[in-house]
Amino acid sequence: MNEPLIELHNIAFAYPGAPQPVFQDFNFQLLPGKHLGLIGPNGCGKTTLLHLIMGLLRPQAGSIVIFGQEVKKEKDFVDVRQKVGLLFQNADDQLFCPTVLEDIAFGPLNQGKPPAEAIQIARETMERLGLHGFEDRVTYKLSGGEKKLVSLATVLAMQPQLLLLDEPTAGLDEKTKDRLIHILKSLDIAFMIVSHEQDFLNHTVKECCHVHGHCCQPITT
Amino acid sequence: MHRLDPRGKIVVAGLFAVLMAVSKSYVAPLAGLALALICLALARLPLKKVIARLLAVNSFIFFLWFVLPLTYPGDVVWHFGPLSATRQGLVFTGLITLKSNAIIIALIALVATVPIVTLGQAMHDLRLPDKLCHLLLFTYRYLYVFEQEYHRLVQAMKIRGFQPRTDLHTYRSYAYLAAMLLVRSYDRADRVFQAMLCRGFHGVFYSLRTFSWQRRDGIFVMMAMVALAELLYLEWRMPNLL
Repeated sequence: MNEPLIELHNIAFAYPGAPQPVFQDFNFQLLPGKHLGLIGPNGCGKTTLLHLIMGLLRPQAGSIVIFGQEVKKEKDFVDVRQKVGLLFQNADDQLFCPTVLEDIAFGPLNQGKPPAEAIQIARETMERLGLHGFEDRVTYKLSGGEKKLVSLATVLAMQPQLLLLDEPTAGLDEKTKDRLIHILKSLDIAFMIVSHEQDFLNHTVKECCHVHGHCCQPITT
Repeated sequence: MHRLDPRGKIVVAGLFAVLMAVSKSYVAPLAGLALALICLALARLPLKKVIARLLAVNSFIFFLWFVLPLTYPGDVVWHFGPLSATRQGLVFTGLITLKSNAIIIALIALVATVPIVTLGQAMHDLRLPDKLCHLLLFTYRYLYVFEQEYHRLVQAMKIRGFQPRTDLHTYRSYAYLAAMLLVRSYDRADRVFQAMLCRGFHGVFYSLRTFSWQRRDGIFVMMAMVALAELLYLEWRMPNLL
């Protein structure tokens, strides 16, 4: 019943050409329903951890188990990406369709949904995130905060069972941060947030851990 | 004009451009120019914008007038010191000018009136290679981002007192700027692709828009085909000028 959503066993990972590995014998697990904050100095491997889970980077050693299944090859990760959503640090990397509606429908269409259903899902997601009336807005002309919320909508439209957020508050004003907190609180899925903002984490997660080269050390708040 | 199915407009514009490009006489391009102007009038575009676009194209052709008549071999009609212009050269340059303007006006009226996104989808519907359609859509999407990136870099140079001069420092700085833009765009392309993978992308774009072919589209294409056939007939009947 309480099988971990994510398990990382003895992961070793180094970027090519880097003097030191990011992870060495790294172990980590995330239990269902958890809301976890990941903190640590720049370059400690927070983003790397998220990218390893999504299969955007591959460990040099160790195993990754997601939803009880070991994932190794690109094909395994294709399934993972249907269930795990990743919100990128930079919204400009995430939004690439000309209009908001098309961008949000992109994921559902990739999941094999017919266009009419994809549009329906996109509209519902926008409604939920307070993005009503944004359908035909051009993605690259949105403000920074709007881009972030639309990016989140593109990920949530795929109805993930787990959400990974990479520094979601970077460059956002207080009002948009509050909206983000409100949205995250209304989610009934597990999520992990990488952030440098303790205040934001206090509002959104119950546990935080410090990412090290070998493990994630829980911090009691 | 704007409500016509973009697929019909693309096909007509494409055939028209090919026909213009291969014609060797003055008659077909003249008739073509007239047809293109009629389309332009029907499209009711802001005149200022159209003229600006035409000027941009014709500024290239302007330089041809300096080179071609003087270098094309043939009967000399005009001497200017050591230089001499030939009749054939002048005829040829005039033909190029006429053809390019006919093609560009037709494209402005038919293709440029379609939003880029719709254009990409219409091209996809016409079974043009996917790579071409994706290239078009992505170029359009990220042109703006690169422009911003460029301005950010230029500003970063300016606030540290950079002023372009004619010296090595300036050239080196510009080279760095260009290289940095290249590297950054490569990185960004990488990240965009990763983000797409995370959302289940597997090489196929699905389109939300469907086009509907209507009676007016059939009529438009039929009329265009008749006009193109007449141009072809004119071209076939007229002697080669060169």
